[in-house]
Amino acid sequence: MKDLSMHIMDIVQNSVRAEAANVTLSILIDEQWLTISVKDDGTGMDQETLKKVSDPFYTSRTTRKVGMGIPLIMQNAELTDGSTTLESELGVGTTLTAKFGLHHIDRPPMGDIESTAAMMITGNDGVNLKFIVKKGADEFAISTNEVKEAMGDVDIRLPQVTSFLKQMIEENLKELKIEFD
Amino acid sequence: MSKVKSLADLRKMRDELQTKVSLREKSDNPEKLVQVKVSMATCGIASGAKEVMNHMIEEMDRQAIEAIVTQTGCMGYCHAEPTIEVTLPGNDPVVFGHVDNTKANEIIEKYIIRGELVDGIIPVNYETVKENKNE
Repeated sequence: MKDLSMHIMDIVQNSVRAEAANVTLSILIDEQWLTISVKDDGTGMDQETLKKVSDPFYTSRTTRKVGMGIPLIMQNAELTDGSTTLESELGVGTTLTAKFGLHHIDRPPMGDIESTAAMMITGNDGVNLKFIVKKGADEFAISTNEVKEAMGDVDIRLPQVTSFLKQMIEENLKELKIEFD
Repeated sequence: MSKVKSLADLRKMRDELQTKVSLREKSDNPEKLVQVKVSMATCGIASGAKEVMNHMIEEMDRQAIEAIVTQTGCMGYCHAEPTIEVTLPGNDPVVFGHVDNTKANEIIEKYIIRGELVDGIIPVNYETVKENKNE
């Protein structure tokens, strides 16, 4: 994974696959840390599974024998003196929080988070994704449900809608002077 | 200074899109629209699926192609990522492998717009995978 937005897309896909109806992706920036948190109300995991997910050779899929998503983000966070926590309860949901050293030389760049967020908001059927970015007192948030409400009977999965959202996120983050790299 | 886009602007765009009669009719029946699914698991993302999806969205927006673009999980073709599944109205889905931006352009120009098949099709055999609910 060459940037953080790829990790984010990957972790959110885990929530989608866990049949979550609501997923909250938050990115918090403070003086020292860049913290990415993905919280879902999906199927959750039992304690036994939770212990195994950091093993790259464990997966619940049968199409392949490796499960690299979580091990990769954990390794990357640790490389920047950060850490990862994973909380999960069967039938309740899962929360993954990864903390990266903001100024650490080994921290991957954020990448194209604007298009990543836009694609996650419109591209996952049946999932309400809430995207939040916070830096100090400044905050920008948008969710699938808000977009659906604004679009009425027009399908939000049309390329025109995703392109618009990408620009909207880009302009709002710029307005709040939120930069990741 | 130019105004920052908001949900109110999105509502304006909705009104513009609603005036397009064909799109309004098709929105009620999504199967009448071209459907594109991009495989977006760890294998796909690491191979560039996110960039390809972004490129296809930009390109189809620019050419005003009426399509639905979504993400899907790993279809078991990790060796051929990024993979995309395209369903033209009234046709069976076709899966293309090793899709980069150039290939995506070719798929849009030839398959989506003109209905001509292009190289790189992966024969369909994932019905059983779907049955196992293990996309």
